[in-house]
Amino acid sequence: MSKSNFTRRGLLKTSAIAGAGLAVPTIFTGASWAGSHTGFTNAPEGSTVTLGFNVPQSGPYADEGADELRAYELAVEHLNGGGDGGMINTFSSQTLDGTGILGKQVEYVTGDTQTKSDAARASARSMIEKDGAIMITGGSSSGVAVAVQALCQEAGVIFMAGLTHSNDTTGKDRKANGFRHFFNSYMSGAALAPILANAYGTDRKAYHLTADYNWGYTTEQAVRESTEAVGWETVNTVLTPLTETDFSAYIAPVLNSGADVLVLNHYGGNMVNSLTNAVQFGLREAQANGQDFQIIVPLYSRLMARGAGENVKGIFGSTNWHWSLAQGFTTPDGTEVAPDPASAAFVKSFGEKYGFPPSQAAHTCYVQTLLYADAVNRAGSFNPCAVVEALEDFEFDGLGNGPTLYRGADHQCFKDVLVVRGKENPTSEFDLLEIVEVTPAAQVTYAPDHPNFGGAEASLGSCNPGA
Amino acid sequence: MDAIILQILNGLDKGSAYALIALGLTLIFGTLGVVNFAHGALFMIGAFCAVTLQRILSLSHEVVDETRTDFLGNPMKVDVPYVYDWFGEAAGQAIINWSVPLAILFSIPVMILVGISMERGLIKHFYKRPHADQILVTFGLAIVLQEIVKAFYGANPIPTPAPAAFTGSFDFGVLLGFDPFTIIYPYWRLIYFVFAMVIIAGVFAFLQFTTFGMVVRAGMADRETVGLLGINIDKRFTLMFAIAACVAGVAGVMYAPIVAPNYHMGMDFLVLSFVVVVVGGMGSLPGAVLAGFLLGILQSFASMTAVLDVLPGINQIIIYLAAIIVLLTRPRGLMGRKGVMEE
Repeated sequence: MSKSNFTRRGLLKTSAIAGAGLAVPTIFTGASWAGSHTGFTNAPEGSTVTLGFNVPQSGPYADEGADELRAYELAVEHLNGGGDGGMINTFSSQTLDGTGILGKQVEYVTGDTQTKSDAARASARSMIEKDGAIMITGGSSSGVAVAVQALCQEAGVIFMAGLTHSNDTTGKDRKANGFRHFFNSYMSGAALAPILANAYGTDRKAYHLTADYNWGYTTEQAVRESTEAVGWETVNTVLTPLTETDFSAYIAPVLNSGADVLVLNHYGGNMVNSLTNAVQFGLREAQANGQDFQIIVPLYSRLMARGAGENVKGIFGSTNWHWSLAQGFTTPDGTEVAPDPASAAFVKSFGEKYGFPPSQAAHTCYVQTLLYADAVNRAGSFNPCAVVEALEDFEFDGLGNGPTLYRGADHQCFKDVLVVRGKENPTSEFDLLEIVEVTPAAQVTYAPDHPNFGGAEASLGSCNPGA
Repeated sequence: MDAIILQILNGLDKGSAYALIALGLTLIFGTLGVVNFAHGALFMIGAFCAVTLQRILSLSHEVVDETRTDFLGNPMKVDVPYVYDWFGEAAGQAIINWSVPLAILFSIPVMILVGISMERGLIKHFYKRPHADQILVTFGLAIVLQEIVKAFYGANPIPTPAPAAFTGSFDFGVLLGFDPFTIIYPYWRLIYFVFAMVIIAGVFAFLQFTTFGMVVRAGMADRETVGLLGINIDKRFTLMFAIAACVAGVAGVMYAPIVAPNYHMGMDFLVLSFVVVVVGGMGSLPGAVLAGFLLGILQSFASMTAVLDVLPGINQIIIYLAAIIVLLTRPRGLMGRKGVMEE
């Protein structure tokens, strides 16, 4: 007989209590939006203005968050007249002169989103209430972006989204106070489909594995619809839990499904693991329907490609921006693309400061900060409604993506999209993706009331200056 | 049929990992009576032993290559591993290639050290405290360990490939008379399964056929009497903790090529491993192994498209559902014995 005082019931009871305690969500106190301002939330007083950088500093996207934060620090340095000025020098709007924003020196506070909506809202709220942030920006997940955007709308501050790719951010969940520079799922699908049809033919059967959350759904829908439009057939779509790390049980059935293409609607760690599993299961050597089996990753990031190592070689995907734009390149069909001076300026200042090229997350965050600062300067006011007006239908160039429009109807940027492919012979640990095509903005533009973006019912509402 | 064979194979490697972790957990439950929520972290540390050895072997010095330019247009600095200098490029590359198997040797002393310092430094102070305290302190320890790993290695998964010789996959379909590319299974997962069987057999043989093992088994059954016989049971239990840590550690090392190690992989396995222990029957080593494989295979089947179409979401709950059914029909778990760990 055991003399232990250990019991099964005791274990289950204590485990349950411990688990429940850990699972209690952050509870917010219902403090009202504080402040004695002149007409809008956190109107800057004195000689400084505070921006709030809300990025994942812990959790699965922490590396992406760290790169975003580097970009924000660089942007603040450039706005305040430090460094070499980066893309301020190439930006088509010339209101930024190194004297801060509207003559006020830029200061910043940071928050940790943890890639969790409630934590992200709590940190954004704290930056607005306690630190007096006039604008919130950042994030590396669409779930977080949608949640923080709604909070900023309520609070009466501007939200400049970071890396968020779901259609919903500027689709059914669009808000007047929120703006997105990053591209979206629909654009990825529209840019990828013709390239895929060209490379792999129009008689293809696709099998989708999709991350089971907001971004996964819209990406699957976009790629499914755009590839079906070029003649592909969708054999199956399977949702995978966001927390899954071993995708073997989902990959194995693909072989016998009749499919000859696997689309991985996964991002970050999910993508690294699912792609690695797919390669381990021999999908890249497999034959199906008399053709070579192919794998596609709709949204690529260089940080992710590094995680997946050798496995990314030859795999197609799309990206918002890539540092190789700075050097110019030749596409596989022989088109010479000249170096982009704006990208070169950004890669130079970022690379010299940190020792490696910036990621697409860093790029979009840097650009969003400059766009906000410029809009305030042009509006002559920090009032969110004045900023919204300045940004709506604003056309600009010189920020790395060529001529770009901040569409007024949904606050989404329209610009060229990059279709990329894992490079066969990388020359360094950063040189993992090659640009296959720069898809022109016109090809990825859609109507603001597109059914995938909330249809006719989707509305920005009206801008909220708060206070 | 081919799909079913494939999912059984699939369940085996996941089951191997569950079984190895659950085995260590049961050893610690049985000997020390401690609920060790930090056991998953030991698995994770094992995987990071593989990452660390890979990094140590890849330590390099910079050589400026004037013929190439980096992303800023400056002459490119190329990293040349020291092992290339010492053993020549081909041999050096082979050594780096084999870092995962080599990491098993590297991980054993590391895990023994981690295990002993964990037990002597922290857990022994909680033997007489309530289980809630033990859970909280080991859970806290697990969080501390994973944050330390994150601080050093970052949050993204780190690819740790198996030796090139084992990266391919084996076509079972052809062997069994099916079409090619119907039942494909990666070599490394087969190796993992065989490895797990060897470790499990080793632990059982150790407990069954050595004097040390006999004393430990006696201590698990009745600690007090063994103590009265003049045997220093505490010392042996500390060693048992180190062995359990080693089992989790080598399981982690070998798992690194299957799923790229990240700092929270321990937590991912921990909760399921606890369910495995409860289903297997607390304190029963064969039960832990049996339940590990059983639940691994069940989970694989639940992820099949045909099953998901009928029961959406079943893949998320199948393990807990199985646990409920087993506990309702056999309250002591599959192989739990009366009187073990009961008041």
